[in-house]
Amino acid sequence: MKRKSEPYVSTTNACKLCKPLGACLAFRGIEGAVPFLHGSQGCATYMRRYIISHFREPMDIASSSLGEKNAVYGGGANLKQGLHNVMTKYGARLIGVATTCLTETIGDDVPMIVRKFRQEKKGRERGPEIVTVSTPSYAGTHMEGFHAAVKAVVEQLARAGAATEAVNLLPGFVSPADIRYLREIFRDFEIPGIILPDFADTLDGQAQVDYEKIPAGGTPLEAIKRMGASRATVELGRTLFSQETAGQVLVERFDVPLHRLGTPIGLRETDAFFQILEQISGRPAPEPHAGERGRLLDAYVDGHKYIFGQKAVVYGEEDLVVGLTAFLAEIGVRPVLCASGGGSGRLAAAIAAVTGGLLPEPPVVREGMDFYEISEELEALEPDLLIGHSKGYHLARKRGIPLIRVGFPIHDRFGGQRILHLGYRGAQSLLDRIVNAILEKKQEDSRVGYGYL
Amino acid sequence: MDTLNPEELSSPVIDINAEEVKQELLEKYPTKVARKRAKQIVVNAIDLEGVVPEIQSNVRTTPGLIGQRGCTYAGCKGVVLGPTRDIVNITHGPIGCGFYSWLTRRNQTKPKGPEDHNFMMYCFSTDMQEEQIVFGGEKKLKQAIQEAYDLFQPKAIGIFATCPVGLIGDDVHAVAREMKEKLGDCNVFGFSCEGYKGVSQSAGHHIANNGVFTHIVGLDDKVREGKYKINMLGEYNIGGDAFEIERLFEDCGITLISTFSGNSSYDNFANSHTADLNLIMCHRSINYVAEMMETKFGIPWIKVNFIGAEATAKSLRKIAAYFEDPELTEKVEEVIAREMPAVEKVREEVKARCRGKVAMLFVGGSRAHHYQELFREIGMETIAAGYEFAHRDDYEGRRVLPGLKVDADSRNIEELHVEPDPGRFRPRLSPDQIARLEQGDLKLSEYQGMMPEMKSGSLVIDDISQFETEKLIEIFRPDIIGAGIKEKYVIQKSGVPLKQLHSYDYSGPYAGFKGAINFYREIDRMVNSKVWKYLKAPWQEHPELAAKYVWE
Ligand code: SF4
Ligand code: SF4
Repeated sequence: MKRKSEPYVSTTNACKLCKPLGACLAFRGIEGAVPFLHGSQGCATYMRRYIISHFREPMDIASSSLGEKNAVYGGGANLKQGLHNVMTKYGARLIGVATTCLTETIGDDVPMIVRKFRQEKKGRERGPEIVTVSTPSYAGTHMEGFHAAVKAVVEQLARAGAATEAVNLLPGFVSPADIRYLREIFRDFEIPGIILPDFADTLDGQAQVDYEKIPAGGTPLEAIKRMGASRATVELGRTLFSQETAGQVLVERFDVPLHRLGTPIGLRETDAFFQILEQISGRPAPEPHAGERGRLLDAYVDGHKYIFGQKAVVYGEEDLVVGLTAFLAEIGVRPVLCASGGGSGRLAAAIAAVTGGLLPEPPVVREGMDFYEISEELEALEPDLLIGHSKGYHLARKRGIPLIRVGFPIHDRFGGQRILHLGYRGAQSLLDRIVNAILEKKQEDSRVGYGYL
Repeated sequence: MDTLNPEELSSPVIDINAEEVKQELLEKYPTKVARKRAKQIVVNAIDLEGVVPEIQSNVRTTPGLIGQRGCTYAGCKGVVLGPTRDIVNITHGPIGCGFYSWLTRRNQTKPKGPEDHNFMMYCFSTDMQEEQIVFGGEKKLKQAIQEAYDLFQPKAIGIFATCPVGLIGDDVHAVAREMKEKLGDCNVFGFSCEGYKGVSQSAGHHIANNGVFTHIVGLDDKVREGKYKINMLGEYNIGGDAFEIERLFEDCGITLISTFSGNSSYDNFANSHTADLNLIMCHRSINYVAEMMETKFGIPWIKVNFIGAEATAKSLRKIAAYFEDPELTEKVEEVIAREMPAVEKVREEVKARCRGKVAMLFVGGSRAHHYQELFREIGMETIAAGYEFAHRDDYEGRRVLPGLKVDADSRNIEELHVEPDPGRFRPRLSPDQIARLEQGDLKLSEYQGMMPEMKSGSLVIDDISQFETEKLIEIFRPDIIGAGIKEKYVIQKSGVPLKQLHSYDYSGPYAGFKGAINFYREIDRMVNSKVWKYLKAPWQEHPELAAKYVWE
């Protein structure tokens, strides 16, 4: 492999996806919602197939299907026609309209077109809610798109109202299994939670006798509207700190107190999360969870000898990378490279914050990375394992080291949607997987083939 | 077995009333949409001359109707150029378009040796940022080309424009020319395949055909050894299909110069005009290259189909018939005789379990047709079928070509004006030979389309929407549907198995004799699976239990 001294201009084997994809995922986590891309239909088709190959669930994304003429004269008429068709045929309760590079480049004013559409429809039928979000992929990755959509939903739907006991939880892009687990934690704390988005059911649904066009589940629309009256918001993700986020909107508009935390991966970040919940609910962590914490610690001790000092490369979405790095540092694995295709400018600080005091040497932290660059870094770092999504498979294969699959997209293993990352339970499962991957490798490489390890 | 005889074709499909079904499909649509869809949903009827009703196709998808189609870029970069291993394909645009077309099609390739380039694992993109949208992206594109050249020294670099490129005024062709000149030993060419250009990926196929023909075909006049030299067009080596077909060619002593574009290389393309016959698998995506090669170099083409054991045998026989050489005929018969027993054994076994079951196929631009053969071989009937991006000739046959209207969307795509090459045009057949071949079974430059080979009374649906698919399932509950990954989980949620006919559900090959065996087994497993029986939990099946639950 050839190497160059200056940074690359082009991107080879990207470690990021495009902005509207994140928005579509977020919209999919709302009850009765149909994501809608304003652009030519290729984008919607590509994103659907990508999301489907990970979740193995239906994923409808409507499109305004613009053609050359619309690209020149504007896509307003198509957008309106498309909205009308989605309304009449899918019975959508919410349509989440995200823009694409095409419509951003031609400069369609989507909020205005939607306003006009509403006026034209007024009185005739009680239509669905329409939320719009601007998601040009030439500025930001799928994660920016995800957070922008969550923020747009809150901005455009949440209202003030008589105070409720509910707590808003904005988990970021985590797995359906993670969301189900978060729900369980809230239930055990007896905190009525509003999790936005909640695609635990819509993107990991049950087999059905009769197919429903729009899958059941998702954050109830009514609940979203009441988010302005909640007693607190918990927003996860360290790279979001100090950003204009949905949580911030709820503070500014409705004075809902905001707790910003890191994505709770590993012991310490999870402790911080539980602490906040204890504080909000005024009760100690419920027994099953305290027990899980105890068992996790026990496993940390038991597993330590197998993984201590192993060098890991972590890549993927920034907040996921931060959480995983925090976790690795505490189990004794040495993260040597933390890489993301994202470019928030805050990754290094977040990594420093979660590894402080735990690592003899800080890892190399790089934003805006692609797999070609990661591959180059690997040569010198000689890691023992990779942690990230399916796109790193070829690197792992080339170097003959294990890849622990986490995050999105996972299209070369089964059950990506059920991978648990968060909390004590997620840490336990990640730890088991990492230890076993190391043991497996050791066993395979051994000429003797020991049966006790 | 093979093609149905006229009597069979006119015998009605299982007792459905297709007209009624059509009305049911259209009922819910707003008037304007219904009017348009009515022309794209057709009840098949074959008259005595074999003429079928007109079906509207290759028209824009209605906004908001969730469908199957991709974009022009996908057809150009993903489908036609993607499977060639040694061209560096740079996507000029924001990151998504390139990322989503990165190895997603499962086209396989086998480099000749360690020296042979293979860029299949790579996804190159200019990853456009705001700055390029505002000030133009040509500079970044040039740098990206230089970078790719410095790193990999490829023989060729292709540039693919995505939607924003045309709008901000970047000229990929000018950049290509400049860089080609500058690099000297690397062929650089651009494709204006912005996603919005056509109504589907089909436009991208055409653009890709034009580009490959203009920039690569004919660059290398070296004549290779071999008696029966052919090109294989419209075969993309999904799941290793091309490998199986190559195996058969080799055993028959047929020399494959180039495939467009499964398991192919730049050099193969460059040399492909030296072949003596072009075989077309997927008519939709590649017929332009065949026609242009015929005009410029005099190479005739025939339509073949290697999907289905009988179809494979028939296609091999067609090649033998073309070359009119007893030696080849003998070899071909030998290979067929060698391969068929294994096929028949599995077929009979599977047929016993699958006979009488029904399939629906909504996919691509040729597979909805080709796969009917495979299903028929195991006794399954296709009661409804349609393409995602085909044109009328793929449905009704090329006889409709002269009368086709050119609409605004098709006019966007350049028709190359091709003339016989003064030095290299060489008619492969004498007028006598042509007459003789046509007397026999061999039709040159002819594709009859899908509909003449489907029963009267079956449903033909172009560019089907999700909504219509669900309705059809409700009405028919077919035993299996063949479509793509986007439809897979929707359909399976309804308890009907879905076979992915784009990516083959990550298995294959399904072409040729070995492929047929794979496919029979796979379909048997799917239509006879017991899992669907368990959809209802015991307490849902026994009402006395269910009554206890309030949510019931
Ligand atoms: S044009 Fe933009 S939105 Fe569409 S796929 Fe490409 S990067 Fe994504
Ligand atoms: S429609 Fe345009 S922007 Fe979307 S994927 Fe295709 S080329 Fe890219």
